[in-house]
Amino acid sequence: MNSSDTNRIDRRFAALKSQGRTALIPFITAGDPGPTHTVGFMHACVEAGADLIELGVPFSDPMADGPVIQKACERALVHGTRLTHVLEMVAEFRQQDTETPVVLMGYLNPVERMGYANFARQAKASGVDGFLAVDMPPEEIDDNAALFAEQGLQSIFLLAPTTSEARARSICHHGQGYLYYVSLKGVTGAATLDADAVGEQLARLRELTTLPLCVGFGIRDGESAAAVGRFADGVIVGSALVGRIAERAESPETIPEALKAILSEMRQAMDRNAKA
Amino acid sequence: MSRFFDLTQLPDARGHFGAYGGRFVSETLSFALEELESIYAELKNDPAFQAEFDRDLTHYVGRPSPLYHAERWSRDIGGAQIWLKREDLNHTGAHKVNNTIGQALLAKKAGKPRVIAETGAGQHGVATATVAARLGLECEVYMGAEDVQRQKLNVYRMRLLGAKVVPVESGSRTLKDAMNEALRDWVTNVDNTFYIIGTVAGPHPYPMIVRDFSAVVGREARRQSLEQIGRLPDALVACVGGGSNAMGLFYPFVQDDEVRMVGVEAGGEGLASGRHAAPLTANAPRGVLHGNRTYLMSDEGGQIADTHSVSAGLDYPGVGPEHALWKDVGRVDYVAANDDEVLAAFRELTCVEGIMPALETAHALAHAKKMAAEMRTDQHIIVNLSGRGDKDIHTVAQIDGIEF
Repeated sequence: MNSSDTNRIDRRFAALKSQGRTALIPFITAGDPGPTHTVGFMHACVEAGADLIELGVPFSDPMADGPVIQKACERALVHGTRLTHVLEMVAEFRQQDTETPVVLMGYLNPVERMGYANFARQAKASGVDGFLAVDMPPEEIDDNAALFAEQGLQSIFLLAPTTSEARARSICHHGQGYLYYVSLKGVTGAATLDADAVGEQLARLRELTTLPLCVGFGIRDGESAAAVGRFADGVIVGSALVGRIAERAESPETIPEALKAILSEMRQAMDRNAKA
Repeated sequence: MSRFFDLTQLPDARGHFGAYGGRFVSETLSFALEELESIYAELKNDPAFQAEFDRDLTHYVGRPSPLYHAERWSRDIGGAQIWLKREDLNHTGAHKVNNTIGQALLAKKAGKPRVIAETGAGQHGVATATVAARLGLECEVYMGAEDVQRQKLNVYRMRLLGAKVVPVESGSRTLKDAMNEALRDWVTNVDNTFYIIGTVAGPHPYPMIVRDFSAVVGREARRQSLEQIGRLPDALVACVGGGSNAMGLFYPFVQDDEVRMVGVEAGGEGLASGRHAAPLTANAPRGVLHGNRTYLMSDEGGQIADTHSVSAGLDYPGVGPEHALWKDVGRVDYVAANDDEVLAAFRELTCVEGIMPALETAHALAHAKKMAAEMRTDQHIIVNLSGRGDKDIHTVAQIDGIEF
């Protein structure tokens, strides 16, 4: 396989590794606060130093999310943002940005309804690189893994503090792109994380996999991003960004600068505090 | 049986009932489900555990519940004989307690000091609060804000029992949203909390566990039918929301091919109106919600549809995965009863037999009446009288324009 055939996600993490840098991964909900804003927000994130974007697919029943992302889903759904629209947004983003990997993140039912093969084909055509459904552990992906793989769509899986070693082995085996380590027991936007505990868990996981380990849940500012960035290959920030979008939902033109401000703060803190 | 599935041997090792069921959960919960699965596997065949469960059912719940011949109602209808399996006479007034007794024992064995539950009509919440009070467990019950309004009596009952009732304001503010919030609680407090799910849905092993604990209803009904009718009944009828009372009655008869089974879903304002909660009858597409794959009411974009039913307990867009399979293989027929028919059946049984059924139960009664009218007088139908109607007096009074 030559480099142009490899997935954007793999290429991006390989490049970051050679530079000794940690990926900064923003999560925003597509269609929040309105469908016309999302692509602009994605570009703003990249300008502020994002290495990969997790784009949330709004869902009516986001049962792993706290109030901040629940409300983002509601704002997006008011405008009727559906999975097909999210794919159109990624296609529009790709007109200007052909390199930043985009992972769709959400819940399984919209994909279940679209059909797995259909989704995989359309996702690839739109320029999506990976898919993470919170409610799809590797045991349940079955034949759909092959449908995704045919289109080069990578399946991203979660690991949690409660994951047993046997499960962790299986998840590492099935994982592609990167592994998303959930830093704490709880929903998104919950309490702050314990960076040292996360560090210990990541050290254990490194014995099981060579995939990049990215950490999400509980990262809200430069300090927490830098603390986790010492151990992780990527730092995922969601509710902190979505909360700023919520505060400015009535004046969306101010949102890109607000996103840039917090992401730049994180980027600088992480780079200052880079792995020794 | 010339079927692809041996319906007595499900689910498979991964919790699948054919194409349905499974364990579609966030990774944080996987260990708790694996733990529950192994605790249950150990206790399921442990005579001491089963004896403890049976003792509680006898002396605390008041089992066995009677199988009552509704002679006067049957005569009025002029067709088949209708028998009522009187789950309304259980302690707490519904079938739900059979399951909560069992799961509370599991919580105790698992060493969890705190239990949580979701509830629609409040019956499962009350049954959970009751067993929690008895075992000294901390208890929190999630209930859609709309249902808190519809079921004020049960809310206060739960509070008297020492439970904390949390009104859920998100989404459609009904049962599905209560389940979302309970799952959020569980993922946060998974170390010390046991989630007592109230129906045969949710991630594996819940559909199996709730079925097994509920099946005492059908085992008794089968025995009572042989004693009182002298043979098996011609048909079983039960209402289906998530489907636990229907599962409890039907499961012990699943190999009795001569016994017809009918599950009655909430037709709301009619299937054509779109305002209903009848995913099986309406042939809703396959979907994934709350940990399992099943028939699920969602729009073309996969967003979960708003449901409607006069009864809070059936107001749910999905259905237990084993029912989904039973529909596909044709073992059970699923139909719907509309709100109007349900209210009529509620009033009729109350006046004719002096038994006030829950509005959920009245769905089964409404359809049983139709079936009975088409059958001979020497034929027999057993209806699961799954709960009593005291909790619904407020709702019916409101419909009648009466304020207390």
